[in-house]
Amino acid sequence: MHIAEGFLPPAHAIAWGVASAPFVVHGVRSLTREVREHPESTLLLGASGAFMFVLSALKLPSVTGSCSHPTGTGLGAILFRPPIMAVLGTITLLFQALLLAHGGLTTLGANVFSMAIVGPWAGYGVYRLLRRYDVPLMVGVFFGAFVADLSTYCVTSVQLALAFPDPSSGFLGALGKFGSIFAVTQIPLAVSEGLLTVLVMRLLVQSSKGELTRLGVLLTGTDPKERAVSAR
Amino acid sequence: MNRNTRINALLLLAVAALAVLPLVLGLGDHKEEPFTGADAEAETAITEMEPDYEPWFSPLYEPPSGEIESALFAVQAAIGAGVLAYYFGLRRGRRQGEERALAARPDESAGD
Repeated sequence: MHIAEGFLPPAHAIAWGVASAPFVVHGVRSLTREVREHPESTLLLGASGAFMFVLSALKLPSVTGSCSHPTGTGLGAILFRPPIMAVLGTITLLFQALLLAHGGLTTLGANVFSMAIVGPWAGYGVYRLLRRYDVPLMVGVFFGAFVADLSTYCVTSVQLALAFPDPSSGFLGALGKFGSIFAVTQIPLAVSEGLLTVLVMRLLVQSSKGELTRLGVLLTGTDPKERAVSAR
Repeated sequence: MNRNTRINALLLLAVAALAVLPLVLGLGDHKEEPFTGADAEAETAITEMEPDYEPWFSPLYEPPSGEIESALFAVQAAIGAGVLAYYFGLRRGRRQGEERALAARPDESAGD
């Protein structure tokens, strides 16, 4: 989903930067508040960022015969809510833009918008919705991570189609083209990301019950397989 | 192997299968260059649709070769994996320490 350096016209690059900035500023505030009020969560915050670092470095082959990588934003969004992921995602994208020439500074705003804002919010929304209907925790986690991953790539396709509409078939034609490059490739990878996020969440349930209870992921903190008797 | 470990192993196996299947089934064979990055394919699509488009900014630093680039990606994954391993190791150690302190004798329970 990394739009390469210089590959968005200046007006688009600026517009996406302006759209992303308030989310990142809000995210920095949420992050500092979280760390100040709950210093013990720093470790788990680090682990969530680390998970994103690992997953976004894993380029995996897909059914379309091309390679892409997961995003790893679903886990942190479910644990700490999406605003914090705007910050962690921006850090990851900056690292890749500066050291790996992957993505770029001029396209940072657009990439942050897809991977660090829309992905986490969409995934978190699906997770909350499923949990509200008493869907088991791990099923919610799987679909949350799946949607966070896939929606990121859909947004990238929209961003590129807006910037480069097809000369004959226009925006929709270009959307189909970029969608087939990004979104279709991403479907099996989003499944992988869902499975890996479930794996890490299972390990967290085994090792960090107290923390998950405080964050509201586990409601009673006693039964690892609890179906979370939702009070709401 | 207890039930928990077995489920975790199955999850990892499923991810590995999803990654290996496209290679085994030869799903990249219809392409000139199989299994290139989707990001690069999008760049190609842009240059096809708008041949006049010139990227107006280039990366400040570009890894000089594919090898250096994959090394840097490996560094990124290693940093992430290291922090994750530290987290889970620390938690496990703390929990075992607490159990030991509670039991006041060498821990003999096998977890939960």
